[in-house]
Amino acid sequence: MQMALVIDAGKCTGCKQCELACSYVKEGEFNPAKSRIRVFDFHQDARFVPYTCTQCDEAWCQQACPVNAITTNERGVKEVHDSLCVGCKVCTIACPFGTVNYNASTGKVIKCDECGGDPACVKACPTEAIVFMDVEQAGFDKMRQWAAKTDNAASAGQ
Amino acid sequence: MGWTGKVLRVDLTKGTCAPEDLNREWADQYMGQRGLASKYLAEEMDPKTDPLSPDNKMIFATGPLTGTCASTGGRYSVITKGPLTGAIACSNSGGYWGAELKFAGWDMIILEGKSKKPVYLCITDDKAELLDASEIWGKSVWDTDAWIKTRHQDPQMHVSGIGIAGENGVLFSCIINDLHRAAGRSGVGAVMGSKNLKAIAVRGTGGVKVDDFPAFLAATSAAKEVLAGNAVTGEGLPTFGTQVLMNVINEAGALPTRNTRDVQFDGAHDISAEAMAEPSGKNGKPNLLANQACFGCTIACGRISKVNEEHYTVQNKPEYWHASGGLEYEAAWALGAATGVNDLDALTYANFICNEQGIDPISFGATVGAAMEMYEDGTLTDKDTGGLKLKFGSAEALTTAVELTGKAEGFGAELGLGSKRLCDKYGKPELSMTVKGQEFPAYDPRGIQGMGLTYATSNRGACHLRSYTVSSEILGIPEKTDPLVTDGKADLVKAFQDATAAVDSSGLCVFTTFAWTLEDIAPQVDGALPGNWSVDKLLEVGERIWNLERQFNLQAGFTAKDDNLPKRLLKDAAKTGPAKGLVSGLKKMLPEYYAARGWTKEGVPTNETLSRLAL
Repeated sequence: MQMALVIDAGKCTGCKQCELACSYVKEGEFNPAKSRIRVFDFHQDARFVPYTCTQCDEAWCQQACPVNAITTNERGVKEVHDSLCVGCKVCTIACPFGTVNYNASTGKVIKCDECGGDPACVKACPTEAIVFMDVEQAGFDKMRQWAAKTDNAASAGQ
Repeated sequence: MGWTGKVLRVDLTKGTCAPEDLNREWADQYMGQRGLASKYLAEEMDPKTDPLSPDNKMIFATGPLTGTCASTGGRYSVITKGPLTGAIACSNSGGYWGAELKFAGWDMIILEGKSKKPVYLCITDDKAELLDASEIWGKSVWDTDAWIKTRHQDPQMHVSGIGIAGENGVLFSCIINDLHRAAGRSGVGAVMGSKNLKAIAVRGTGGVKVDDFPAFLAATSAAKEVLAGNAVTGEGLPTFGTQVLMNVINEAGALPTRNTRDVQFDGAHDISAEAMAEPSGKNGKPNLLANQACFGCTIACGRISKVNEEHYTVQNKPEYWHASGGLEYEAAWALGAATGVNDLDALTYANFICNEQGIDPISFGATVGAAMEMYEDGTLTDKDTGGLKLKFGSAEALTTAVELTGKAEGFGAELGLGSKRLCDKYGKPELSMTVKGQEFPAYDPRGIQGMGLTYATSNRGACHLRSYTVSSEILGIPEKTDPLVTDGKADLVKAFQDATAAVDSSGLCVFTTFAWTLEDIAPQVDGALPGNWSVDKLLEVGERIWNLERQFNLQAGFTAKDDNLPKRLLKDAAKTGPAKGLVSGLKKMLPEYYAARGWTKEGVPTNETLSRLAL
């Protein structure tokens, strides 16, 4: 089973606990600027949206890397190997979603690696806006919500 | 470790910014934020200083837990001498600004002097500079926020500043960060305006560390579980916000109504949390769109609301059709019950303007309520008000008044004096519902006796956030006491005051104390800081802070005579509800309180008390 981070922005309150948890695990301190997941505040629309790497199957960051510093692990997660990364930043340009970023203090790029299969952001989120689940079932709850709106009575009458 | 150890000192007269080391000895005695900044203020400034003179200092201070993963760990406070009261002022705010200051590497900013020209302070990590604000002087909080982010090409900046109310010297103007989080009370915005300082923009890319990460993570995780499992913090506040109180307090007969003539408001439901969630207008959408958390907060009581586009206030103003900070309980009470207005959209619009221009809605609404009483009894005429028909219940009067107050135009300039100075000016001092010059908030001391003592003895003038005995007297937290009796309230108020002073010095939000006691808080502080931070130490720090603030006010010229309530609360009995027939029992409680505090009958801390607290 391949797991994925599934984000329901409608549940996000903008508290940034995910950023704090991520930066603590990855940097050993509370530092949202270096978090691999970021929360965006679309204030005038009353929306908060957490955003991070979706672990593309054919990852542009991986294909763009000239030194093969980004590899795919057994869970399908794209990992950056600091020992190989030369800090050229080409992957940050290649990523269509902006989720690979350069860390000036180390000279390497950083991205979400799902914490080795136990993502800290998921545990930190107080509203279950971020969950870790079977990627093939990611749409199940949404489908169910729409299915619940189907008007069986109308079709039965025909 | 918890503290960054760095203080930024800004001399606005000379235009200089200089780093200095945090005084660790004081930090160990006063923790941070409210307590530590009050210590700096008391040490560095004569309490008799004119609040609006360049000699007044202003401190923006974080706590040791600000910027950490502790739930609600994003608070900062503004400490200065308040122009509304003449007392020490300490206004606390959430949002994201406080944490950002910490990520930039600073525990606090001390501002002194006065700039010759309008400036804003721009902090990017360890770089701090004063920049020309001539293009934003005269602009709203919201426009200033957008202008600064555009000018620095950095949408991740966080801005704390004043609108036109602070520039115009409105005595209850506040400081707003992140568009609608407010360091709200005592006129701290006017102090900022008097210094020609428009805003402080901060961007931090550094990290915050704590003393003992494993202990800290264990303590903060356990404490978050407590918040999630508590009915108030886990369910009531996220769903309804503080507005959950409107119907509760009304039923308790403690909702000050129409300038506190009554204790129950017939329009309470119309302006309640329940009403905010009901579909309204043609599109059928409710007033409340979402709840929002401040930095690190796992409660998320903030309201994000919208004014109905068809409402008269915004019908022709599409610039107000977006979502923004909605009504919380104190604002809904002041703009609504205190003025007799039950139009939810009018209240939401007035609240938007308060945020946009940096006005404290509590003091503003209460001042309008006092003006309405003077208008109805004929003290104020149309000539005085410039034709503004200040009748109780008039939404149009309220929404026009809020626009005029920020601009300090027409009668708005008089409303901007606050209710005490306004009522004094027109010869009706008894109609001002204030203590030490500050308008009291949304709890009638006749129906909640502990709040009378709370208002009378609060070091920053009437305030609910210095000892929220409503918790105990109405909600039964941590244990139920009878709101209608005075017995035991002196000790209750003292206990709440000391505990709250500690919480306000930590970087945490006082709303956590609906669920947390100091037993939950002490391990979090202890994990963040070096040394031993037990419950006893927090209580000692809290009591020390309270007495330090008291000493500041006594030196500023306050006496026991100022620990008082408006005559209406002491003489006119509540007309309806559970408190019918009751007045405030302050006269009985106050001597008990002085004794509990270890103060003389004149309300002065004894030498024994001072030396016990190392003051």
